[in-house]
Amino acid sequence: MSSQLIKNNFRNDRLPHIWCPGCGHGIIMKSMAQAIENLNLDKQKVCVISGIGCSSRAPGYLDFNTLHTTHGRALAFATGVKLANPELKVIVVTGDGDCTAIGGNHLIHTARRNIDITTIVFNNNIYGMTGGQYSPTTPTNDFGTTAPFGNIDKAFDICKLAEAAGATYTARGTAYHANQLTKIIENALKNNGFSLVDAISICPTYYGRKNKKGTAVSMMNYLKDFAVDAKAADKLPPEKLQDKFIIGEFKNTVEPEYTEEYMKIIKKYQKER
Amino acid sequence: MVNQKEIRLSGSGGQGLILGGIILAEAALLDGKNAIQSQSYGPEARGGASKAEVIISDDTIDYPKVEKADLLLALTDKAYHKYIKTLKDDGILIIDSNIELDDTDKAYKILQVPIIQSASEKIGKAMVANIVALGVIRAVTDVVTEEALENAVLKRVPKGTEELNKAALQEGYLLAKASKNK
Amino acid sequence: MSNRQIKLMQGNEACVEGALAAGMKFYAGYPITPSTEIAELCSQKLPVVGGKFIQMEDEIAGMAATIGGSLAGLKSMTATSGPGFSLKQENIGYAALTEVPCVIVDVQRAGPSTGLPTAPSQGDIMQAKWGTHGDHPVIALSPTSVRETFDLTVKAFNLSEKYRTPVLLMLDEIVGHMREKIEIPNLDEIEVFDRVKPKVCDDSYRAYRVEEGQLVPPMAAFGEGFHFHVTGLMHDEYGFPSNDSEVADKLLRRIMDKIDNNVDDIVIFEEEFTEDAELLILAYGGTYRSARSAVKKARSEGLKVGLFKALTIWPFPETRVKELTNNIKKILVPELNLGQYVQEVERVVKNTADVYSLGKVNGEAITPDEILAKIREVL
Repeated sequence: MSSQLIKNNFRNDRLPHIWCPGCGHGIIMKSMAQAIENLNLDKQKVCVISGIGCSSRAPGYLDFNTLHTTHGRALAFATGVKLANPELKVIVVTGDGDCTAIGGNHLIHTARRNIDITTIVFNNNIYGMTGGQYSPTTPTNDFGTTAPFGNIDKAFDICKLAEAAGATYTARGTAYHANQLTKIIENALKNNGFSLVDAISICPTYYGRKNKKGTAVSMMNYLKDFAVDAKAADKLPPEKLQDKFIIGEFKNTVEPEYTEEYMKIIKKYQKER
Repeated sequence: MVNQKEIRLSGSGGQGLILGGIILAEAALLDGKNAIQSQSYGPEARGGASKAEVIISDDTIDYPKVEKADLLLALTDKAYHKYIKTLKDDGILIIDSNIELDDTDKAYKILQVPIIQSASEKIGKAMVANIVALGVIRAVTDVVTEEALENAVLKRVPKGTEELNKAALQEGYLLAKASKNK
Repeated sequence: MSNRQIKLMQGNEACVEGALAAGMKFYAGYPITPSTEIAELCSQKLPVVGGKFIQMEDEIAGMAATIGGSLAGLKSMTATSGPGFSLKQENIGYAALTEVPCVIVDVQRAGPSTGLPTAPSQGDIMQAKWGTHGDHPVIALSPTSVRETFDLTVKAFNLSEKYRTPVLLMLDEIVGHMREKIEIPNLDEIEVFDRVKPKVCDDSYRAYRVEEGQLVPPMAAFGEGFHFHVTGLMHDEYGFPSNDSEVADKLLRRIMDKIDNNVDDIVIFEEEFTEDAELLILAYGGTYRSARSAVKKARSEGLKVGLFKALTIWPFPETRVKELTNNIKKILVPELNLGQYVQEVERVVKNTADVYSLGKVNGEAITPDEILAKIREVL
């Protein structure tokens, strides 16, 4: 099954990938490919677009229309691609730094437009490619190479950020809960509008070592033990949720989609040639 | 420089001077001449100093800006004082009657005309002061034909205001005549 | 010919009309004075021809979406002015390295920083050449009239499609905002070049391979069945990232050579009164018009002054300017900056002619009389 998945969706000659041993990104990439496969999307029409960082190497391995852009700008490139050809199924692969720091402005505006782009944030709470600097999702008091005395910033909740900006689908999954993540990405892809999946990854090489989180296995165990499903969380008292993080779907609504609204303008004003 | 006329329309933003400049330039085109219109403006969308420039020529026009104007229209005191020094010594100054003239030793031809007052009181819309002014300019200079100017005005003004604007042009012609006879 | 439309048109408007005539179907940008009319007109006119317009959240996004639109197969354009041109630089380099055709219009205003937003300038001339990091190919055009703005916008699209490279259209506030008589050519008189597409979609396809006799790799659009990869990393013929020094060297030299080996096709200029000239005025953009007026005045005084109009500013019209210095030993370069293009003239002519600069940065156009005074001074 898995080898069939790889055959159908990956550029076999580009593998193995460059990610570190124990990195969670490969699992998220697999969930993504599985979701595309499960939905039987037309491969000719799938376009995967990324920015810069560890996550953003994913498109190179995937056998679709793929675009590896500049740091933070994947959503802006994707907006151009999608508006120019709305038939394309556009997926953006990005990281926590790429998406919410340098690309934060594009995130909120792409969400605001509700353009049909599915964004998957490979969130490892650190800048991995540049060697372990703190990111907008590094928890307060954690360490990074640029937070040697502990991080005094507060972390973003990317799902809440996207939801507040206008995303019509938001959900969080983890590299540990791979099957659930696949399902979440499927639902995100099915939403006709801007979807954001906060996919929690692990970075044993930088975030893990800097913060004494142990091996990749113990980091995976952390994801298993500290994730609470959104439905269960609703019923739990706040003290039971301390130090926990919530996974599952947060928003799934239907609102006018940007390129469809634009096509209405064209239909109304286009002159016969 | 054969037969090249350089005209500067000045006043404040919102007085429709840039539109006035465009109409004058388009009228010149309708007469088969060459024309260039340019402008300068401040950061304000309304108020502030505004100027529109028009160069009309039988020949090609190289430098697109007015250096020394053959004609200066000034609708505000501020514009008058700012631009009077760029009028040719033998140029024509058309100045709104609400502005007090300074003493001058220059040989300008000066026409003090109640452009704004006529627009708001006789035509009933202060907005058409720019069109009244065009009427005055045409009547004083013959730089464009009456027919071309009327066509150019009608092409640019909003639908439903054609008669109003025609009346504004006529008022300009009358004001020029009255002013010449003074 | 006789049914050509004659209109009074603004430079910025002629740019949009030229872009539409060239087949523009996509515009992404951010409002900035004095280029905003271009965005406004594109928002009105593109849906009417089935094209797309989007106002992005910032200048960087405007450039990114423009490249995205082109990769999806549409001829794409964006417009900006100095501050926005600075912000767009990284992605202009991206388009150069990934060979994505697109047109970037810079209606230059006085800088640096916010500067004088409504005043003309030619201060971005060196930025056009060197603005983005790393060596990269540059084509930049600069019109001197409304009609030339129309024609050079068509040319900008054609060159960008032909050479698969971003083309910079360097307007200035003088040309962008002035309204002038223009005779608009009929569509059947306008030559339009469309990017060459790959013919066969099979395993042999390599997105960045130049076949024998080709100028650039044929370009597929996303969604046409070619599963190609595009990256701003150095890449091999397949488009995949490579750290190999040979691959990097080959790629960069190839994208530089495609321009350098075809300057005769790209470089356009005009000259007047050069035959007996003792002094050559080399000018571009709005300043050219002041120069022409000054040269005519100088000639009427019997001064032997010639005039060179650079319509392609990058690559520099090197061959012809060098040739002219066989007989003309003095060159004056008037420009709305403190001496940018003049440095390129000095580099090219070396010691074969004396080169003089006339710069102005107060936000006003250089007047013909200022140039005339300089002519009298150096002759």
